[in-house]
Amino acid sequence: MEFCELTIGRAQKMLLDHQISSLELTAALLDRIEKHDDKIGAFITVDKDLALDQAKKADQDIANNKISALAGVPIALKDLLCTKGIRTTCASKILDNFIPQYDGTVVSKLKENGAVIIGKTNMDEFAMGSSTENSSYKITKNPWNREYVPGGSSGGSAAAVAAGFCCAALGTDTGGSIRQPASHCGVVGLKPTYGRVSRFGLVSYGSSLDQIGPITKDVKDAAILLNIISGNDKKDSTSAKVDVPDFTLAFDQFEKGSLKGMTAGIPKEYMSVDGIDPEVETVFKEAKRILEGLGVQIKEISLPHTDYVVAAYYIIAPCEASSNLARFDGVRYGFREQSCEDIIDMYKKTKSAGFGPEVRRRIIIGTYALSAGYYDAYYGKASQVRTLIMEDFSNAFKTCDFILSPVAPAPAFKIGENIDDPLAMYLTDIFTLSANMAGIPGISVPAGYSSKGLPIGVQMMANRFDEISLLRAGYGFEKTIGLDVRCEM
Amino acid sequence: MKISMDEVGKIAHLARLEIDQVQTEKMAEQLSDILGYIDKLKDVDVAGVKPSSGIAFMNNVLREDKLKVSPGPLVTLANAPQRDEDFFIVPRVVK
Repeated sequence: MEFCELTIGRAQKMLLDHQISSLELTAALLDRIEKHDDKIGAFITVDKDLALDQAKKADQDIANNKISALAGVPIALKDLLCTKGIRTTCASKILDNFIPQYDGTVVSKLKENGAVIIGKTNMDEFAMGSSTENSSYKITKNPWNREYVPGGSSGGSAAAVAAGFCCAALGTDTGGSIRQPASHCGVVGLKPTYGRVSRFGLVSYGSSLDQIGPITKDVKDAAILLNIISGNDKKDSTSAKVDVPDFTLAFDQFEKGSLKGMTAGIPKEYMSVDGIDPEVETVFKEAKRILEGLGVQIKEISLPHTDYVVAAYYIIAPCEASSNLARFDGVRYGFREQSCEDIIDMYKKTKSAGFGPEVRRRIIIGTYALSAGYYDAYYGKASQVRTLIMEDFSNAFKTCDFILSPVAPAPAFKIGENIDDPLAMYLTDIFTLSANMAGIPGISVPAGYSSKGLPIGVQMMANRFDEISLLRAGYGFEKTIGLDVRCEM
Repeated sequence: MKISMDEVGKIAHLARLEIDQVQTEKMAEQLSDILGYIDKLKDVDVAGVKPSSGIAFMNNVLREDKLKVSPGPLVTLANAPQRDEDFFIVPRVVK
């Protein structure tokens, strides 16, 4: 067993059995990053000394029998999660020199549980994109084939997990940004229910859509991380006051009763979406067959407003973005353009030099849709359509435990292929956006490969706060399909 | 839905963005495409449907009205692009 292949579960066991030390593991992974990340571009910032210090401390804790859930396990973080003392850029020039003065709640929780923060991963600027090509720093490459995108916006986190640079990572998902890169990189990605995980210390993009979640090598690890990061937080008024179950119970449920008694719905509208790649279709059919074999009853369901999801999302998300990103004005933090006539001129020059093209585009769309005279036609209307989309899902979950679908209509595309056609790029989000609009959880699990050897995932979505069903079905599926999801560097 | 270059210019000003002629032209084209696509929302009958802003729980979240130690200016101003001790410096606002 090589260090780069270690899941959280395996690493924990080896650390606690004293077969390896966290210092060895962390140093080996840092070494791997140094040797190979120039080919992948998964990381924006790696603070070697800090990671090694955390590893030493974890080793001391383990030696003193102070055992916490993630003691000594190296985890990577998407670079929009605030880390005290470690630069947090959101892959934007406007935050190039931003050093947070506090840890985000998920970061505090990881640290309290002994995790080693191995580095901050690349992403689409402010999480706006589906390919990680919109980073101001570098384009992350898909570790399975470096001519292809890793997906996005958490492309750096997914690539880092796939390339064996860390045991697991955290990403964020506003419209598929955890699930889609996980699918493209052959790893597991879980977007929790809105409100399950505190957003305090996450740099906001679409506040009613954003959610932090795990990107891992297997489904068990997703449950382990979710156990740690979930829970109500006084610092986030939208975090839910609901009980957090032990998510690993999902695996006992599977061992005891397989997936018998579960019902999966397949939305008929999803099957008639234009441009589904035949290879994605093949993988999806096979996934359906596997789940049936495990006792899942498959039935057709209807989500009547599917055709309007992309349109409503690409109003709501840019509106929230235009409001959230107004704070980057060159006054309190980040970059400021120096030679300015007056304060308006300073705002304009700062924002224009600091934000990349996709961020500017979404700010403009949002500003337009929220401007006087257009608000009702765009934001108002989209918010009403959102209600209908939420109702579609509430109705669907009356008759099924989870919804089965592809993650993306096609496997990863070539770098540069879609960069000049933003609308084409938005349309590829069709299967993932709904979970954010409805606030429900979704998981992407590796399900097969394209003829070019690129991974293809399958998505399951469940009712609010029913991550257990996703983890149970995802685990059963993963165990049965038995894919060897390792990529050679 | 056709968005003119003029409109893009106005919106950019509202958003406090400065974009040049070439970018404005490209943006007008892309925005027309995107908003053209979004126009399909017109087909949805939403009579009597309440708008949703997400699933956040619709009750107020209050905290105790208690004094707490503030992080202080050293922390608050640590990332300021330009500062004078406890103050942010900005270009002259009042003329």
